[in-house]
Amino acid sequence: MLAQVAQFCDWLSQTPISMTFQSVVWVIPMVQSVHILAIAIVMSSVIMVDLRLMGLMGHTQSISGLARRFLPWVWWSLLVLLVTGAVLITAEPRRDLLNPVFQAKMALLVVAMAVTAIFQTTVARNMEMWDLSPQKRAGAWVTAILSLLVWTAIVGCGRWIAYVEHG
Amino acid sequence: MPVLQSFCEWLQNTAVGSFISGSTWAFPTIETIHVFALVIVVGTIAIVDLRLLSVASRNRSVSQLSNDVLPITWSAFCLAAVTGGLMFSSKAVSYLNNWPFRLKMVLLVLAGLNMVYFHFMTYRTVHKWDDAARPPSAARFAGALSLTFWIGVVVFGRWIGFTVR
Repeated sequence: MLAQVAQFCDWLSQTPISMTFQSVVWVIPMVQSVHILAIAIVMSSVIMVDLRLMGLMGHTQSISGLARRFLPWVWWSLLVLLVTGAVLITAEPRRDLLNPVFQAKMALLVVAMAVTAIFQTTVARNMEMWDLSPQKRAGAWVTAILSLLVWTAIVGCGRWIAYVEHG
Repeated sequence: MPVLQSFCEWLQNTAVGSFISGSTWAFPTIETIHVFALVIVVGTIAIVDLRLLSVASRNRSVSQLSNDVLPITWSAFCLAAVTGGLMFSSKAVSYLNNWPFRLKMVLLVLAGLNMVYFHFMTYRTVHKWDDAARPPSAARFAGALSLTFWIGVVVFGRWIGFTVR
């Protein structure tokens, strides 16, 4: 499996598109900048919803209203992150695909997307449910903490890709 | 400026500066916290800017939105400033002579001036346009400037990592 991935990396890095990304000096810094700006939108949107879920902010607005306002930004930014991330992988395949930190980041991303999607559909189905009972309020807390931790870990992994020595 | 130059030489030889430059894990760790803080700064500022530009949160009053968001912005900004200062101390002379770093600092000052002007001039009349989906042109202009400056801060910030020696 790992050998195949390594082979794929070597093939990809020899393609004309990868070689263009490698040789044009501004591609990687510019694409990383766009990647960071999209992360800014995701993290801030997530924090707005999660702090409200925890009852720490924005008591004057409903959870469902905040979710409707901010969660679409998360999904659209994730699309930008996918595209810019793909460019960065194409430019330096071995740096990412063979990197255990990158692999952990992708696994965490699946968790974060699942938590967000489940939360979003739950809120859409029953707009008041988070305020119905103490148990459900506790559920809101757990959801918010989980979401904050996983998204923060994803950002951390993203930066550490650059520092981890690997195959 | 020789004063700045000798300050930077002193700074990078302090215990903190030389610890960070000598450690394998300190710089990446501080940088990770910096990234976490700065994405929150830029993202939450963008929430307010996009409201001023009447792109998003149009049915929320500007003052309520600012009151919700700006405490988060300021907390994250303090974290970003502290971690940024620590990274600077590890290689102060190199950063001082790095042009993306200098441009980033200029843009930070411009973003600050724009914010001060908005807060003390434009925002004084907020009671007249607090609920307006489309704020007055001075407010929209401040939002557009702020977005531009902060995007520039991110771009030049990232560029430092590719150019600093």
